[in-house]
Amino acid sequence: MALLEVKNLQVRVEEREILHGLSLTVNKGEVHAIMGPNGSGKSTLSHVIAGKPGYEVTGGEILFKGENLLEMSPDQRSSKGVFLAFQYPVEIPGVATMTFLRTALNAQRKARGESEFSTPDFLKKVREVAARLNIPQDMLRRGVNVGFSGGEKKRNEVLQMALFEPSLCILDEMDSGLDIDALRVAADGVNALRSPERAMVVITHYQRLLNYIVPDVVHVMSKGRVVKSGGKELALELEASGYAQFEDAA
Amino acid sequence: MAAVQETVDRVRRIDVDQYRYGFETVIESDKAPKGLSEDTVRFISAKKNEPAWMLEWRLEAYRRWLTMTEPKWARVNYPKIDYQDLYYYSAPKKKELASLDEVDPEILKTYEKLGIPLREVEMLEGVVRPEGERKIAVDAVFDSVSVATTFQKELKQAGVIFMPISEAIREHPELVKKYLGTVVPTSDNYFATLNSAVFSDGSFVYVPPGVRCPMELSTYFRINERNTGQFERTLIIADKGAYVSYLEGCTAPQRDENQLHAAVVELVTLDDAEIKYSTVQNWYPGNSEGKGGIYNFVTKRGDCRGNNSKISWTQVETGSAITWKYPSCILRGDNSRGEFYSIAISNGHQQVDSGTKMIHLGKNTTSRIISKGIAAGVSQNTYRGLVTAHRKATGARNFTACDSLLIGDRCGAHTVPYIEAKNSSALFEHEATTSKISEDVLFYCIQRGLSQEEAVGLVVNGFVKDVLQQLPMEFAVEAQKLISISLEGSVG
Repeated sequence: MALLEVKNLQVRVEEREILHGLSLTVNKGEVHAIMGPNGSGKSTLSHVIAGKPGYEVTGGEILFKGENLLEMSPDQRSSKGVFLAFQYPVEIPGVATMTFLRTALNAQRKARGESEFSTPDFLKKVREVAARLNIPQDMLRRGVNVGFSGGEKKRNEVLQMALFEPSLCILDEMDSGLDIDALRVAADGVNALRSPERAMVVITHYQRLLNYIVPDVVHVMSKGRVVKSGGKELALELEASGYAQFEDAA
Repeated sequence: MAAVQETVDRVRRIDVDQYRYGFETVIESDKAPKGLSEDTVRFISAKKNEPAWMLEWRLEAYRRWLTMTEPKWARVNYPKIDYQDLYYYSAPKKKELASLDEVDPEILKTYEKLGIPLREVEMLEGVVRPEGERKIAVDAVFDSVSVATTFQKELKQAGVIFMPISEAIREHPELVKKYLGTVVPTSDNYFATLNSAVFSDGSFVYVPPGVRCPMELSTYFRINERNTGQFERTLIIADKGAYVSYLEGCTAPQRDENQLHAAVVELVTLDDAEIKYSTVQNWYPGNSEGKGGIYNFVTKRGDCRGNNSKISWTQVETGSAITWKYPSCILRGDNSRGEFYSIAISNGHQQVDSGTKMIHLGKNTTSRIISKGIAAGVSQNTYRGLVTAHRKATGARNFTACDSLLIGDRCGAHTVPYIEAKNSSALFEHEATTSKISEDVLFYCIQRGLSQEEAVGLVVNGFVKDVLQQLPMEFAVEAQKLISISLEGSVG
């Protein structure tokens, strides 16, 4: 059984159809890259999988571990193992990062019927993961993403990914706003989380990110559909020739 | 459906009738006849066995009140109050108790339901508290008469006087005469004048020179008599070099009639003294149609009479149909300091017009105002503040930050600051923000596994954090509980 199966998905935003019958199958252990020009529907796909309000699914289905994902609330999807790393992580003033991580982790565990982490166990786990990602303790005491640099924000996303141990990670434009060094740190963090039990969907404009996070499968999206799929060499091909050829194909 | 839209819909469906603390205790009471006249004032004074000077003080206030009109400048709307249709005094029948055993079990049960049992109850049950744990002295005001006063012995050893004001009038007339009405004069405003005429009871605290009060003093108020106005009168004096922290919390049972609550609180600090006054207010806010609920017209004022003295107000306001309240500081002594930390949450049909006044009279006086307003439902939430420096108040400094958070699109937040500097050395800063609870922030939290309600709770708690931190530990937990209770209503 595939981890994620998107079948003929049709999505509208305010009466305008954005996805016109998109299909995608992602198996455990795989890393898929989704590339495409602005407005091709990449971010819409990630939002619909995560359950962001404001999108109307008019056709098709999404199965996650064989279950109908579209019937689940966004927080249920999260506790089932869907994680979306945001392109622009929000700031939550007054809520210490540590508090946020603990509240979220325990909410997910509670939803799965697991016991909540004790404070010492939790702290140990966070410190361990934070050290791996080069995240200073001071950052964990600050408000969630408040005053964080672009790189820190993305590292905070990776930290949560490591902590929550989701089975599906969707990385939405994780390279946007990052310089090359920050990108490398974040990508190393992501690579450390690759596992036979976990799948990743990496959404990006540029091939650059895929030098660091090397995908198993590359999909090209244009105008709300997947127009071509291939191996990692497809990304290089795109880099050389651009998206224009696919605009016509769509 | 968008997250905010969902919130709005849920707010529409809220049923504040499910008000958590809306129960009523059945006990006999001893009422004054309905309506207000000189006879009512005499009745109250006689009930309290007051000396003649106190009756005269009340009557003077009553006569002045007759010449005054109700203020209309606040951003609140309510039907005309018929002052002749209210009771001005009611007390549980049983009183003058020797010990807690004699307290009406119904009354004790009420406290239990609130989750605020008298600490004495624990002690009677044989619960041993750890050594060195901070103690809270509770002067329980049930309706209008104090029925239980605790920790008197320990306070007495420290020389601190903490008793119902009705007793203080009889036992410490010299102190009461010296300070009562010196911060909020009987002529101050319509509601304060009314209070001066008919106040039933309240707390009196005197901390002698150089004494740091050994425990936090606390009073829990409850309105429990249909149609009874609650007119509390509190007077706290910190003599030279003294310190006291006073906690006030209150909840009220559900009812249909509107209830008038016009309390007066006066604080006085002499040289180098400090008073910290904290309030958690959760009066019945009215039902989902905006019917019922408490009218809360409160005059709270502190006078930093001495040099280097300090008064700090912290309030968490979640209840009442109407809140009209401006805890203020008169910074008379040189180098004195005033602080105002406030969280005001309005939901359903609640109307809040609240803020503070910082009146800088002495040299090098400083003040700080941190106000957090949260509006949901169809409520209106106004911050109204005055910061003023007298021409002799050289070096006066103020910092003000007023932040408002809106939940849904049918509520309103308003900020009305008045700033007057009459000398050129005053330095006043004012910051204000208004924001809506962001859909993106909520979705971010929900994507991480939080429910909608938990997400709103988390964001709002972050928003008010600066103020919550000002509360004494004992109160912070209760305050957080009250905030989440009032938010439960806002997200269904």
